[in-house]
Amino acid sequence: MKVGIVGIGHGRFGRRDDCTVQELAFEPFKEALEDCELEKKDIDATVIGSSPEYHKQRSISGVIAEYLGMNPQPTWLTEAACASGSAAIRTAYGLIKGGVHDVVAVLGVQKMLELSTPEILALMGRVGDVQWESIFGTTFPGYYAMYANRHMYEYGTKPEHLAMVAVKNHEYGAMNPKALFQKAITLDKAMKSEMVAYPLRLFDCCANADGAACLILANEEKAKKISDTPVWIAASATASATMSILRRETLTSLPSAVEASRQAYKMAGIGPNDVDVADVHDCFTIAEIMAYEDLGFCEKGKGGKFIEEGQSKIGGKIPINVDGGLKSKGHPVGATGTSMAVEMVKQLRGEAGKRQISGAEVGLTHNVGGIGQYCFVHVFRR
Amino acid sequence: MAFKIFGKVNFTPYTKVERFAEELRDNKLMGTKCKKCGEVYFPPRADCTKCMSDEMEWRSYSGRGKLVTFTTIHAAPTGFDDIAPYTIGVVDLEEGGRLLAWVEGIKPEELKIGMELRAIPQIMEDVEELKVVYVLRK
Ligand SMILES: [Zn+2]
Repeated sequence: MKVGIVGIGHGRFGRRDDCTVQELAFEPFKEALEDCELEKKDIDATVIGSSPEYHKQRSISGVIAEYLGMNPQPTWLTEAACASGSAAIRTAYGLIKGGVHDVVAVLGVQKMLELSTPEILALMGRVGDVQWESIFGTTFPGYYAMYANRHMYEYGTKPEHLAMVAVKNHEYGAMNPKALFQKAITLDKAMKSEMVAYPLRLFDCCANADGAACLILANEEKAKKISDTPVWIAASATASATMSILRRETLTSLPSAVEASRQAYKMAGIGPNDVDVADVHDCFTIAEIMAYEDLGFCEKGKGGKFIEEGQSKIGGKIPINVDGGLKSKGHPVGATGTSMAVEMVKQLRGEAGKRQISGAEVGLTHNVGGIGQYCFVHVFRR
Repeated sequence: MAFKIFGKVNFTPYTKVERFAEELRDNKLMGTKCKKCGEVYFPPRADCTKCMSDEMEWRSYSGRGKLVTFTTIHAAPTGFDDIAPYTIGVVDLEEGGRLLAWVEGIKPEELKIGMELRAIPQIMEDVEELKVVYVLRK
């Protein structure tokens, strides 16, 4: 039995100082319902993907389900840091696949800008292993900076390669009306931006944002009834890796991503060359380069060359992050995974507008939690 | 709560390996070794992930190792803004395991991946309470 996506909705990402978390969640939910012409009573459960530490409201599923009018159907939260949205998709997928529910709404949502700067800075200092690493003031960019330095040392990757990822994603973000930044940048601007954690500069880092995106999933029978153009989940795969970088065998690759993609390709019966369009987790530019390699889009160590040759651009081997990626859209932690999936549905339906990859049949998302302790890879088909 | 002296900011005062902080205060760097399967751990662990035994013994470390990667943090989190920018190195230890610490006494531009460094216990000055860490030096 297949699981299909029948409805999608995507809110505006950015500094949403006009709404609460439940008001933010309402926007894509309403859009997704209208997209598939379902009523709330047709939905059996609402799974929320979010990282709870950013919200003042505790246990947000309760307040969201109430605001959406989704009581008394079941609701709960899934958390896998920056991959919480994909964790919610997989949870819903499993429930439908197992026959527990027929139709499930998946809502990735994050309100990050409720916190004050000192509160954000305090959270930022606890992304790593707090017992042995955070005590030295490690940060999120700091970890990816350490991956970048090692990647440069082992494979000759250059700061220019990192900046090229930023330039590409900003170019495409300019075509996405839902993105936080909708403006192209120059290589020079990226390479001269402020240093955050050597060698990563401001333009190597994605920005915190508020945002929400929603998907409505249904079992094969219902999906065919509800929609003329269901997009099928051909694979839902995930794996984990050690939290601590002190216990990782490699610092130039995310083992969770390698394992999740291996499972995903097997499940979907495809290889990396069969992917027509992909969204990968570019929380930092080096993360996108590592993703090219971990997903098998290019050989290990050739990620820098891949971007340099334009292979991840529209017209290249595999267009990647043509919605602007986390880099341009902004990264509302829990919403990111669902936002990626919404983009794949649009691409496979042929509804992606100016950034449409013509004839796209297979889409892939790669959503990483934290510094690689979780990775979810989903494959979508028309 | 002996572990609360470990780190400029400490998040985990309670741990089964609190002896580590006491030894560090006495200028000794210690890891653990599984009595059953012989697996060695740095950072020390109280329980063996390999064979699931909870019987460990302490062993001392010279702190010598090779630099695996590094970064210099400019945008610092709470509790570290007063010392930014600071350089963090990751070192593979000669005696097994890996360590992350501040690099001191070497300019960031002189750091080369693969170079030999040594982790040295250090009592922090300029802080009110007793705080101990280890730092990486040549
Ligand atoms: Zn053992």
